[in-house]
Amino acid sequence: MHDDTSRPGAAGRRTFLPKLGGSGSLGGAGGFSLDRRTLLKGAAAGALVAGAGLSGIRPARASGLTIGIVYVGPRDDYGWNQAHAVAAAALKQVPGVTVIEEENVPETIAVSKSMESMIELDGANLIFATSFGYYDPYMLEMAKKFPDVQFRHAAGLWTDAAPKNAGSYFCYLDQAHYVDGIAAGLASKAGKLGFVAAKPIPTVLLNINSFTLGAKSVNPDAKVQVVFTGEWSMPVREAEATNALIDAGAEVITCHVDSPKVVIETAERRGVMTCGHNASQADLAPKGFLTGAEYKWLTIYKEFADILTTGGTLPNFVRGGYDKDYVQNTAYGAASTDLIRAACEQAKAELRAGKVIYQGPMKDNTGKEVIPAGTEHDAYDVWLEQTSFLVDGVVGSTS
Amino acid sequence: MSDAVRDGTGLPAGAGMAEWRDRIGRSAEYLAIPLFALIVSAALFSLFLLALGQSPGQFFQLLWVGGYGTSFSWQNTLVRSAPLIFTALCVAIPAQLGLVIIGGEGALVLGGLAAAVIALPLAGTAPPAIVLFLMLVAAVGVGAVWIGLVGLLRYGRGVNETIASLLMFYIAISILNFVVEGPLRDPASPNKPSTASIGEANMIGNVPGIDVHWGLPIGILLCVLLYLLMSRTTFGFAARVTGGNVRAAQGQGLPVGKLVVAATAIAGGCAGLAGFFEVAAIHGKANASLIAGYGFSGILVSFLARHNPLAIPPVAILFGGIAAAGGLVQRRMGLPDATMVVLQGLIFVVLLASETLYGRFRIFGGKR
Repeated sequence: MHDDTSRPGAAGRRTFLPKLGGSGSLGGAGGFSLDRRTLLKGAAAGALVAGAGLSGIRPARASGLTIGIVYVGPRDDYGWNQAHAVAAAALKQVPGVTVIEEENVPETIAVSKSMESMIELDGANLIFATSFGYYDPYMLEMAKKFPDVQFRHAAGLWTDAAPKNAGSYFCYLDQAHYVDGIAAGLASKAGKLGFVAAKPIPTVLLNINSFTLGAKSVNPDAKVQVVFTGEWSMPVREAEATNALIDAGAEVITCHVDSPKVVIETAERRGVMTCGHNASQADLAPKGFLTGAEYKWLTIYKEFADILTTGGTLPNFVRGGYDKDYVQNTAYGAASTDLIRAACEQAKAELRAGKVIYQGPMKDNTGKEVIPAGTEHDAYDVWLEQTSFLVDGVVGSTS
Repeated sequence: MSDAVRDGTGLPAGAGMAEWRDRIGRSAEYLAIPLFALIVSAALFSLFLLALGQSPGQFFQLLWVGGYGTSFSWQNTLVRSAPLIFTALCVAIPAQLGLVIIGGEGALVLGGLAAAVIALPLAGTAPPAIVLFLMLVAAVGVGAVWIGLVGLLRYGRGVNETIASLLMFYIAISILNFVVEGPLRDPASPNKPSTASIGEANMIGNVPGIDVHWGLPIGILLCVLLYLLMSRTTFGFAARVTGGNVRAAQGQGLPVGKLVVAATAIAGGCAGLAGFFEVAAIHGKANASLIAGYGFSGILVSFLARHNPLAIPPVAILFGGIAAAGGLVQRRMGLPDATMVVLQGLIFVVLLASETLYGRFRIFGGKR
């Protein structure tokens, strides 16, 4: 389940704390009139809106395909949402396709209503729900309610039991983290790498492991020190973790948090090299950027748009990595040498050809064998989606 | 029958006339000043839109269509208003005693968690009505204890209730995270830590005929009940006296401590009820989706309602409508989501500034 979107708290806090500052400063709210007339004030509030209401409801139904995309955070977060928004922007260029977007939609009934509004008021035919928590129950309920509309969710949750007009799509980003690991392993002199991670859940652990395996493939002594912040979005703690890892000697920093912005900027300021995550952070680190693990949602979005505009049927479940051009690595930054670029390009070619990263024998970082000799788990193996260990070479613990 | 009885004021006829004129004047004032403030906010916001090169006319039309223009829009608005009513009550009730509680979100989160926790072992064995009842009791109880604790700290130790309730919100999140990531984690949901589902049968469902859950009518009913409690009972009177002047209240022998704890507990119960409806009507389980910011939006609603429980539902519906229309505005005008936050902020600031206008206009008989 390659996504990192289970972060509704972040959305809530981000949106509401600024207001809180305002109301907090009001202090001594004494003298509360409880006159029954005060209620008229509320009526007044309603009256304004009624007054502002002009006639004419114009449903903007486009003749072609209308695709609605819902994001849990801002579209310019340098992370998960931006990766989708970049693809949405490109999709808008496709003739006959109208793209409508909503950002900062929390994983509550608000997302049901956003989807419904896109269908009712804008005539959407296809909805991309891009946050993990949108799926159950919100998207499923909407799929039952609107059987003629297609719904697709950016995580591998769809099963045969779910409505047939719903589905899942997701990408094996850990393959791009593997390439990051190769770049980081070659760029560091002492083989000391740092990883700022949100929560010890399978999708995050898989990225840490693949990054480590990439680094070890070019530098067997490489060590990846990991710090879990415990939250999807906690900029202060992310900056602290980055600084702590650098103080401990890390030469390259990467991360798996909602928005890698703070991590990349902090490392750049300290003169430390970085690898990105989710979207392109290359412009945040003009000196120290190597490359980054990026989703390539556009491949999927274009595929789906093509199918629907030509009258075909959408698949319920698509997934893939480098083999299907669903993931990519950010264009090399200034810190990437020719040697690094060559090694990364070779790794990408191998991954496109179906190279398997998880091959036995493999031990976790407590010395326990997790994959016996002779066994391998390819990218499509659901075993990887249950990852609960950190591979040998990672300094840190999941608990 | 004397004039005094007939006009219902208990005053002599002439005085009654004056009293009524005064009342109508002030009613008009309560209507006109917020309306004026909203118009000023709309004007300022229009300037903001013009500065961005956008059309204010289109914006307000979309606000109308998305919030109130269709039956779907109305349901969208109402469903977003329901939690705001409860969380606004969590601010409004302690405000009668001069307490500023801003941590209702914490009571909402823990109330929702308690509802899920109590439902899980019962799901499938006990009848749904009993499960729902116990969920409700648990949610209200935990919410009441949580904010009641803030009142107790205020009374017993002199801890500032605003800061205490805010900081306790972070403790509440930690408790939620601990429970859903630890002891009660549903193993089937590894990437989104969550409790198991309470089961479809134990969900409270919608009001028949509309796509709005029971939280809305119950919230409105609760507003009426709490209005009566605060305006028509000894408790409410004592609370308001305390809010007016604590020393005078103490001098009169009012049990200020008990009043503070009771009011904060009622407030917490309201916020807990919001959590109950989030779990029982929407999510069907407890997870971090409970932290959606309703508690903080409720602060805004309560202040705009001037902490009057009866004014809370219409203000909540105004804000529910702004939230409901936000998506349409984003989609049609290509504006960022923050646009709606700017509008809310402007309304808040202008309405608070307009507080100074009360009693200044002769036309309303303003001699106060």
